[in-house]
Amino acid sequence: MAKTVVLQRKPLSLSERTYLPQIVTGLKTTFSNMFKEKVTLQYPEEKPSIPKNFRGVPTLVKDPNGREKCVSCQLCEFVCPPKAIRITPGSVPEDEEDREHVEKAPQEFEINMLRCIYCGYCQEVCPEEAIFLQDEYSTSGYSREEMINNKAKLYELGGTLPDQHYKWDKKKIAEEEGNAH
Amino acid sequence: MNIVDLLFYFFATLSVGGGVLMVASRHPVSAAMFMIISLVSVAALFVLLEAFFLAILQVLVYGGAVMVLFLFIIMLLDVGPEGGKVSRIKMLSGLAGCLSVGILIILLLQFSGIGEASLENWQPIQDSEEVVGDSLIFSTSLKNFGYGLFTKYMLPIQVAGFLLLAAMVGVIVLSKNANMEKEN
Amino acid sequence: MFDLEMLLMLGLKVLFALLMIGAVMTMAGYSVLAERKVSAWMQGRVGPNRTVLPLVGSIPIVGKFMKGLGIFQPLADGLKFLFKEEMIPGHVNKFYYNLAPIVALVPALTTMTVLPFGEFFTENGESIPLMLANLEVGILFVLAVSSLGVYGIVLAGWSSNSKYPFLGGIRSSAQMISYELAMGLSLLPVFLWVSVPGTGAMGLSLVDIVNSQSQSPWLLFVQPLSALIFLIALFAETNRLPFDMPESETDLVGGFHTEYGGFKFGIFFVAEYAHIVVGSAIFTIVFLGGWHFLPWMSDPWPATWIGSLIGVGWFLAKTIFLIFFFIWIRWTLPRFRYDQVMNLGWTKLLPLALLNLIFYVLLVTWLDQPPA
Repeated sequence: MAKTVVLQRKPLSLSERTYLPQIVTGLKTTFSNMFKEKVTLQYPEEKPSIPKNFRGVPTLVKDPNGREKCVSCQLCEFVCPPKAIRITPGSVPEDEEDREHVEKAPQEFEINMLRCIYCGYCQEVCPEEAIFLQDEYSTSGYSREEMINNKAKLYELGGTLPDQHYKWDKKKIAEEEGNAH
Repeated sequence: MNIVDLLFYFFATLSVGGGVLMVASRHPVSAAMFMIISLVSVAALFVLLEAFFLAILQVLVYGGAVMVLFLFIIMLLDVGPEGGKVSRIKMLSGLAGCLSVGILIILLLQFSGIGEASLENWQPIQDSEEVVGDSLIFSTSLKNFGYGLFTKYMLPIQVAGFLLLAAMVGVIVLSKNANMEKEN
Repeated sequence: MFDLEMLLMLGLKVLFALLMIGAVMTMAGYSVLAERKVSAWMQGRVGPNRTVLPLVGSIPIVGKFMKGLGIFQPLADGLKFLFKEEMIPGHVNKFYYNLAPIVALVPALTTMTVLPFGEFFTENGESIPLMLANLEVGILFVLAVSSLGVYGIVLAGWSSNSKYPFLGGIRSSAQMISYELAMGLSLLPVFLWVSVPGTGAMGLSLVDIVNSQSQSPWLLFVQPLSALIFLIALFAETNRLPFDMPESETDLVGGFHTEYGGFKFGIFFVAEYAHIVVGSAIFTIVFLGGWHFLPWMSDPWPATWIGSLIGVGWFLAKTIFLIFFFIWIRWTLPRFRYDQVMNLGWTKLLPLALLNLIFYVLLVTWLDQPPA
């Protein structure tokens, strides 16, 4: 084993003991910092870039054909730890051409943003891939009621995700060809 | 009556009033503040006499250093309105007050013409640059102060300096001893 | 009693004094802005750039530039202090609590009466210094009055009746007294050097010390050690970092003004910066040649009113650079510990100043020897 050698610290020279050269060095550093690029983000005008896997406000999305994806199975309501989601289930009218192979859709879908903890369980649990936590992070309101996102608001926030599954189309084709599931 | 007279009466009232209030006030910090007012208005009186150097020294030494230390001590010891052995100090200060008022009255009587030195014998001092005989030049300028201090009054200065040095050495010795005892 | 001419003179003096107060207060206000801006730049930030006046801000390029520099920020800050609720805590000594900010501000503004900031040329070519009162003992006046500034801090600390302000007040009085000595001693050799027998300079006049530096080296180069000691003592006397013992936010919350808020706090704030402005001006006068151009050079501007205007501008430029230097130091160095401050003052600066004085006394005596 190598022998440990304790190095003696050199005694400070006279100029080091006055601290003045060190102060000048420090002054140089701070002065050169003045002309470096600023790191400040001018927030309301400039927004930070949001990473793809960001967990923002939970939203409802539509499929590429612009149809409601949620079938109000209430799994998200069930899994939600702070019980922020409340779904009133409803049925899809029979005569609706677009969604003729879907029976149910939410009549009302509320997410209370004062309760939501952005855990992302709802997104994870959703069998229809209808609920996503997207890049919206700044919500505010003047009253408690305003902070409850209803169905219309959720769809407005969510928009349409470029979903490649076309699940309902496949279902429809399958049923037409007599091979449902 | 011109502005200078008005200012004189103002600052004279302030200095005397400050002095009286300093003695009369119960709280040590108030007393110190009144003393500062008194000292600074005396400096203002010096300014009215065009003795700027004296005025500034008054403010620098008494206002800026001595009174700050006073306040410092008052604050550190946290002396309340009812501090110290009241009765004995009151007796002593009463005695001192009576004595100084008595001396003041005697002096005033002297100068107002009852004694030998009446006001008419007093000549206004001329601010002159010339040396008359052996005497020093009288003027309020800084140069003459220095000249006087380092020629005619050299010995008193040395003596005063020596006294202060002795006091300083005494303080250092005393404080060192106290610390040593604490450590042991 | 009062004749008209005298009243006019009095009125003019008051007007000049008000103008001077306005100038110093404006500079103090903008020093606050400079502090925020420079600290931001040194830390890679942008600093205040939002405040804007409705009409001025809409001027095409200039308005945007001014907004970016935060030119209107001091206005907003001042208004904020003015409209804040005046809180007086229940446990304070009300009279001294209210008195303290005034006592802090008055000496800071009084010192500037003896500051010469330029010269005016009469038609005969004589130069008259621009100042409110040409005092023979100007520098002593500055030292005396600025030493009264400590009362504001001590009173604030004591009257607040709580522990942090109290500690701030105690520290401040000890620090002020310690560094006043070194400051005075560092100035002595300067005045010894300037008042050479035979030259016109006499005594402790600030005007003479400025004029002695025209066409000759600045006193900074003649007496670098005096300048250094004076500068360090100046930092200590103005309570600037690295010597901001009375405030030291990290260990004393806010020091002597912990219990203050609203406009009273604003007055303390402005007084502190007024001290910095006046201190910078004094350093400029004593060591940087005042309104004279570069060392070893005569003033390149003509001896007319244009020249005197440029001179004042040059003086201001030097002063502003020094204010910048104060800020620069603040955002470079960390704060000293209290015992280190006392140690530096009493065991380092004071002996150094004494040695410096003795050296220059011997030097001046040797130089003044009449040729044998």
